[in-house]
Amino acid sequence: MATDQYTHPDYYNMDDLLSEEHKLVRDAARAWVKENVSPIIEDYYERADFPVHLVKGLGEIGALGPYIPAEYGGPGLDQISYGLIMQELERCDSGLRSTSSVQSSLVMYPIWKYGNEEQKKKWLPKLASGEFLGCFGLTEPDHGSNPGGMITNFKDKGDHYLLNGAKMWISNAPLADVAVVWAKDESGRIHGLVVEKGMEGFSAPEMHGKHSLRASITGELIFVDVKVPKENLLPNKSGLGAPLGCLDSARFGIAWGALGAAMDCYDQALRYSKERTQFDVPIGAFQLTQKKLAEMITEITKAQLLTFRLGQLRNEGKATSAQISMAKRNNVEIALNIAREARQILGAMGITNEFSVMRHMANLESVVTYEGTHDIHLLITGMDVTGIPAFKRDIPQ
Amino acid sequence: MKFLVCISKAPDTTSKIEFTDGDTKFNEAGVQYIVNPYDEWYALVRALELKESLGGSVTTITVGEVGDESIIRKALAIGADNAVRVNAEANDAYFTAFQIAEYAKANGFDIVFTGKETINYNGSQVGGMVAEMLNQPFVSLASKLELNGGAATINREMTGGVEVVEVNTPFVVSSAKGMAEQRIPNMRGIMAARTKPLEVIEPAACEDLTSFATYSLPEAKSACKYVEADNIAELVNLLHTEAKVI
Ligand SMILES: Cc1cc2nc3c(=O)[nH]c(=O)nc-3n(C[C@H](O)[C@H](O)[C@H](O)COP(=O)(O)OP(=O)(O)OC[C@H]3O[C@@H](n4cnc5c(N)ncnc54)[C@H](O)[C@@H]3O)c2cc1C
Repeated sequence: MATDQYTHPDYYNMDDLLSEEHKLVRDAARAWVKENVSPIIEDYYERADFPVHLVKGLGEIGALGPYIPAEYGGPGLDQISYGLIMQELERCDSGLRSTSSVQSSLVMYPIWKYGNEEQKKKWLPKLASGEFLGCFGLTEPDHGSNPGGMITNFKDKGDHYLLNGAKMWISNAPLADVAVVWAKDESGRIHGLVVEKGMEGFSAPEMHGKHSLRASITGELIFVDVKVPKENLLPNKSGLGAPLGCLDSARFGIAWGALGAAMDCYDQALRYSKERTQFDVPIGAFQLTQKKLAEMITEITKAQLLTFRLGQLRNEGKATSAQISMAKRNNVEIALNIAREARQILGAMGITNEFSVMRHMANLESVVTYEGTHDIHLLITGMDVTGIPAFKRDIPQ
Repeated sequence: MKFLVCISKAPDTTSKIEFTDGDTKFNEAGVQYIVNPYDEWYALVRALELKESLGGSVTTITVGEVGDESIIRKALAIGADNAVRVNAEANDAYFTAFQIAEYAKANGFDIVFTGKETINYNGSQVGGMVAEMLNQPFVSLASKLELNGGAATINREMTGGVEVVEVNTPFVVSSAKGMAEQRIPNMRGIMAARTKPLEVIEPAACEDLTSFATYSLPEAKSACKYVEADNIAELVNLLHTEAKVI
């Protein structure tokens, strides 16, 4: 891939709303990405290989659990900083951002929010430094959009829990040292358990053949009579709301991240439209190209405003799940559309690995599905405004 | 060991350069500032490396107004222990050097680091002046610095070669490419920078010895002219009559 020349578009002077610290955070993340990831990402993506060596680097710069307090090994940043880091990572590759947001929001977040002091001390510092990789097991082969129907379960055996079941589509799983697994107790209530690599009866085979997120590793989690120590149950929250709380945090990061991918596509398409000449003029001189670019920057600017406001609300602890859903859905959708339009502007070059646009496009096909599909988020907004849930229905006999 | 690193701001390389006040002042409106790269990448990082291996402290000093605090925070985020800002516009090299020297005299440092130049003014003067005011040796354009007790061995880049100099602390050194490798601040450093001391002191009395008469931009690059490969006469003619180089 050619040298990474990315700069973010800022049509409405959004940077004026950021603090100096936010800008430092963003610059640091961008510089790290340009130095360590941009030169290698196409190669890893093409070989469908996970650049595992980057996990330590993510830990060193503080991109694993950015909002986790210093006493547990995190940098203790605010939510906007977390968003900006996710944006810079996904600007480069959604897989890189997935690795980081799974570790941050789906593994560290539940341990931090639902765990006891011992659990936090035991796992958070290692996860923050990147010494440990974590994964989050919610989705099952037969329960995707409907995780409440899960069948993975555990039984109280006195001095331990006995865990059985299987999870599928789990990011980071094959290499994870710890898995936060959601399973039902004997009464059917959902709890989070920390399952550690090497526990007897626990395996995490890799899933192959992805045409998307190829630089992120995905696997299954299989539990056959796994004896989980009682101290590995996260005690401070249970019920479906517990995993959904983690998803709020991760989806917030995805809203920022997907916008990063959109901005990268726009940045490349804009530059290309000024450099590439056809019929003796830069292709940016054609109204049809300008329409694409103008619509892209309009959507990006709207998404920046939405995302920044969501960041403020999240900092104040006021962002609702439905507000986060709206931003995740909107930003992934505009990113997908912008990737497709940008690819057209790039002509044939757009399908090659000289540019990141096609990779973003393919990656975003996962992002639009995971962490709540596009349509599920629409139903969340629909339920929020009407007060009527439309997720379930009875088939007429 | 106590190290003092001079940090100044420079416009981001993508900034639009314009002048105001009858071309006597640089127009700062809308300009993004960065830490002058020679100060950040080489002077500061080498000072930090020495502190990390030998112990001691790294203080940064900036002559500038309150707007400069963002670049000072970056230096703290990269790892400096504390910072000093002399609350004054850095009018010219003499004024700047005078303020730095006053602070250095009062506080005593083993090595004062500067960058080899700022990327906007390219003056390369402050380091030498500070050394003179402190009555200390000055080594310019250092590309390598090793310290053994109080004795330093310093490489200086010269046209076509390297000069190796030995000097004893205390001294002043200006840092060029090769001294160290750029460090990207990490998020923990950025958070830590919040609580590191940034002391603001008022400038010592000092007259400006120079003032800026005018600035002008370099001539815009003219478009590239192509000459057919076999038309040597035309090429010679253009070089003679238009470019006026032969
Ligand atoms: C690369 C990748 C990584 C992933 N990583 C993780 C991970 O780390 N941890 C984890 O737990 N999961 C992970 N997932 C799983 C992901 O969260 C699920 O794929 C997602 O929740 C959707 O579930 P599903 O694929 O089973 O689709 P389904 O739920 O079967 O949905 C299929 C289609 O039906 C639609 N649909 C379903 N229900 C309704 C309804 N009520 N109304 C209208 N339409 C509906 C959906 O919108 C979708 O279009 C990952 C997925 C991918 C692709």
